[in-house]
Amino acid sequence: MSVAPAAIAQHGLSPAEYAEIETILGRAPNHVELGVFSVMWSEHCSYKSSKRWLRLFPTAAPWVICGPGENAGIVDIGDGQAAVFKMESHNHPSFIEPYQGAATGVGGILRDVFTMGARPVAILNALRFGSPKHPRTRYLAAGVVAGIGGYGNCIGVPTVGGECTFHPSYDGNIIVNAMTVGVVERARIHYARAAGPGNPVVYVGAKTGRDGIHGATMASAEFDADSERKRPTVQVGDPFTEKLLLEACLELMASDAIVAIQDMGAAGLTSSAFEMASRGGLGIALDLDAVPQRETGMSAYEIMLSESQERMLIVLKAGREPEARAIFAKWELDCAVIGTLTESGRMVIRHGGVVVADLPIAPLVAAAPAYDRAWIATPPRAATVNAPPPPSIRAALLTLLASPDLCSKRWIWEQYDHMVMADTVRRPGGDAAVVRLHGSGKALALTADCTPRYCAADPVMGGRQAVAEAWRNLIAAGARPLAITDCLNFGSPERPEIMGQFVGAIEGMAEACRALDFPIVSGNVSFYNETTGSAVQPTPNVGGVGLIADLARATTVALAVGDEVVLIGANAGHLGASLYLREIAGSEAGAPPPVDLAAERRNGAFVAQCITEGWLAACHDIADGGLLVALAEMALAGDTGVTVVPPRLEIPLFAWLFGEDQGRYLVAATSANAERIVASAAAAGVPAVGIGQAAGKDLTVSDADTISLSELRTAHERWLPEYMAATPEASEG
Amino acid sequence: MRAGVIVFPGSNCDRDVAVALGRSMGRPPVMIWHGTSALPDLDLIVLPGGFAYGDYLRPGAIAAHAPIMPAVVAAAHAGVRVLGICNGFQILTEAGLLPGALLRNAGLRFVCRDIHLRVENSYTPFTQLYEDDEVIRIPVAHHDGNYFADNATLAALEDNDQVAFRYCEPGGEVSAAANPNGSLANIAGIFNRDKTILGLMPHPERLADPALGSEDGSRLFDSLVATLS
Repeated sequence: MSVAPAAIAQHGLSPAEYAEIETILGRAPNHVELGVFSVMWSEHCSYKSSKRWLRLFPTAAPWVICGPGENAGIVDIGDGQAAVFKMESHNHPSFIEPYQGAATGVGGILRDVFTMGARPVAILNALRFGSPKHPRTRYLAAGVVAGIGGYGNCIGVPTVGGECTFHPSYDGNIIVNAMTVGVVERARIHYARAAGPGNPVVYVGAKTGRDGIHGATMASAEFDADSERKRPTVQVGDPFTEKLLLEACLELMASDAIVAIQDMGAAGLTSSAFEMASRGGLGIALDLDAVPQRETGMSAYEIMLSESQERMLIVLKAGREPEARAIFAKWELDCAVIGTLTESGRMVIRHGGVVVADLPIAPLVAAAPAYDRAWIATPPRAATVNAPPPPSIRAALLTLLASPDLCSKRWIWEQYDHMVMADTVRRPGGDAAVVRLHGSGKALALTADCTPRYCAADPVMGGRQAVAEAWRNLIAAGARPLAITDCLNFGSPERPEIMGQFVGAIEGMAEACRALDFPIVSGNVSFYNETTGSAVQPTPNVGGVGLIADLARATTVALAVGDEVVLIGANAGHLGASLYLREIAGSEAGAPPPVDLAAERRNGAFVAQCITEGWLAACHDIADGGLLVALAEMALAGDTGVTVVPPRLEIPLFAWLFGEDQGRYLVAATSANAERIVASAAAAGVPAVGIGQAAGKDLTVSDADTISLSELRTAHERWLPEYMAATPEASEG
Repeated sequence: MRAGVIVFPGSNCDRDVAVALGRSMGRPPVMIWHGTSALPDLDLIVLPGGFAYGDYLRPGAIAAHAPIMPAVVAAAHAGVRVLGICNGFQILTEAGLLPGALLRNAGLRFVCRDIHLRVENSYTPFTQLYEDDEVIRIPVAHHDGNYFADNATLAALEDNDQVAFRYCEPGGEVSAAANPNGSLANIAGIFNRDKTILGLMPHPERLADPALGSEDGSRLFDSLVATLS
């Protein structure tokens, strides 16, 4: 007997998808089986709208050990070690329940990294909230930040960096992406490919409860006015249990007892069991009565679909169960054999002694739907905009530094323990965070970047820019950029204009990855970030990882007295889609700045060479807000003033100061080194020009506009804490 | 000096303090699992930072009843030096080895940043390499560091020079603005009456390495090594 259309729709399946299920099974699925198909074929788990496009990404390089398809990507960092990292979204749950949604986002991405054998060493995040004037923004921001901190602080992994911006397009759908970076000895890398029929399938960690059922399906649909009612689909995190799970797993991984291991994340036991079996071409006989349960009377449907947190599924070598039991008992965690690998290629699930599901694995995973969705390219915008001059340079700079996107995010990162593990060499607030590789003189540089307003104006250029900015931030920190992870956040793929944004962003990202030798090794797609037809700005967040081979070469952004400041890169004063235009002129018009990938690479290679030569006293990339904002950030970091002396200009001064041309850096050096830099740049075909000198306690632009550092600092630091402390009524007036 | 670090489930600064102690001692300390009930012969017991038992119930409340704690209390009473950092300080108050309590921060948020401390008593095994009234910079990272005690306890702490460190301005002035958590009298750390036990909320182990920007924290461990070796 066929399943009722209402039940099919309730499970997020289309009539065509349901028909395919009947074809695969040769019969109608029962309730448990329908639930399994529902989550495995959800957009969140199956990537059915995105996978044909994700293949465009370059994913290989000599230093890439593992690209996309596993729990996280892995790159070689020398000395027998590897860095393991991934970024993931938790947008939908964080909007419904900000504290738990964000906390479990962190918990999930931590597990993706330590399931591969790596000890997590850093967490980053990329947060996009709605307009500060929207009544829910303050509540969501407070809850998300507390949730990220609550989880990371307790488990004891430092949260070292990230981004936080605001825009009305996120009023109904916030973006909460979390990234974890771990370090593993190459010989201890663990994968999630089941092998060895007869080997036991072991459940470890927290007990299974009724939380998070259908979380993956919820995250694969847009919101309507009733999204609050989806609160029971949000999981509840317990970072203490995760800390125990982390230590217990790493302790077991020190032996060779594990064949395969995968965390139970989205779609819980279902996806971990199916994916491990699928990778190994095997079957599993699963006994749900053996699953540790938090409450009585759970049905097979609930056990299979629960997204209870802090759980792992392990395939052990047969006979090694006592070893595993002893370690998990020491850490006071459950450890239960719940199944056996078989050669059948089928998932046979028993509950209460009877078979409640019997499904072929390969067709279910491999034959998951894949769509070539209709798309239309985003129409280009006018290259030039009419940007009015500011009332004064001084007023414009103060406004920009105090704007929600550019203001200091200290209020956020002081709620994160960013120093635990005692290896955070460069703390939040600079270009990239720098985390020392424990016990060595090497370090990883880490950054999270994307400029959604560029992506909205031109997805291809925005995609390029996100990758280029991550690369630039790593260069500026003194690192060799290695690879990126991404989290692609878009509206509904069923709308051609949204799909067009997605295709464009991927094209731009892929171009930049190829041009910069900066492959993508892991990632995540989050569609349906829209409410009643209104989508978020396209937000392909990029997480970049670079290697600093010698910590003595790590740079700072802080200016010091006597430094000469040199601008690297061409300055055409591009103001389209700039923060200047938005914050000073109230317009979001125009095309974003073009990203010339050849110039990007040339300029970056030149800056890297200057760092290697030891010429630089400080270095900062120029991004949002342009040259003067970057210079002000350097002055504030060093508590040292600077006088800007612009070269002869063919563009208005304000465009030179606030334009957002790409591929640019500000570097600081002694005057002798500054001369070397300018001379070498000319030889390398890289634009470089001295623009000022550091001294005193004021920022001065061509003796017309002078601002004291204390005034700048107040403007930069004040907005966010005041906003968060204000009552909604007061700020909406 | 023979030093041991107690590891509770949920401790997360155990490695950090072991590294800092190791730098001062020239060899690593012993790590002691909370589930054992006997201690080796030690000159110093360290209760590290973290979230022992998830800080469920109250920070330190469950850890104070861990199997190892009767041995820690007995050793403390016998004069073995005990150092509790952050969560370790909370455990020491819950175990009755130090007076007072650590309440939720006055700002109700977790706070992680460098703060300045004024050294209030440099005539102890923990602080002898600092000067009285010297200002040092080390970080705090906690949600529950708001020191509270009744008036009589507070008066006794002051009378017996039991206040170890106070939150202060970079110039040494003890002000409300310099207090990150609302602690009474800006108290950041206290001794027991005999100065054999120190509990403090800031993390000296996190700035005990020039690569991280300062060695202000190292002198606390160096002081212990100088006294106990």
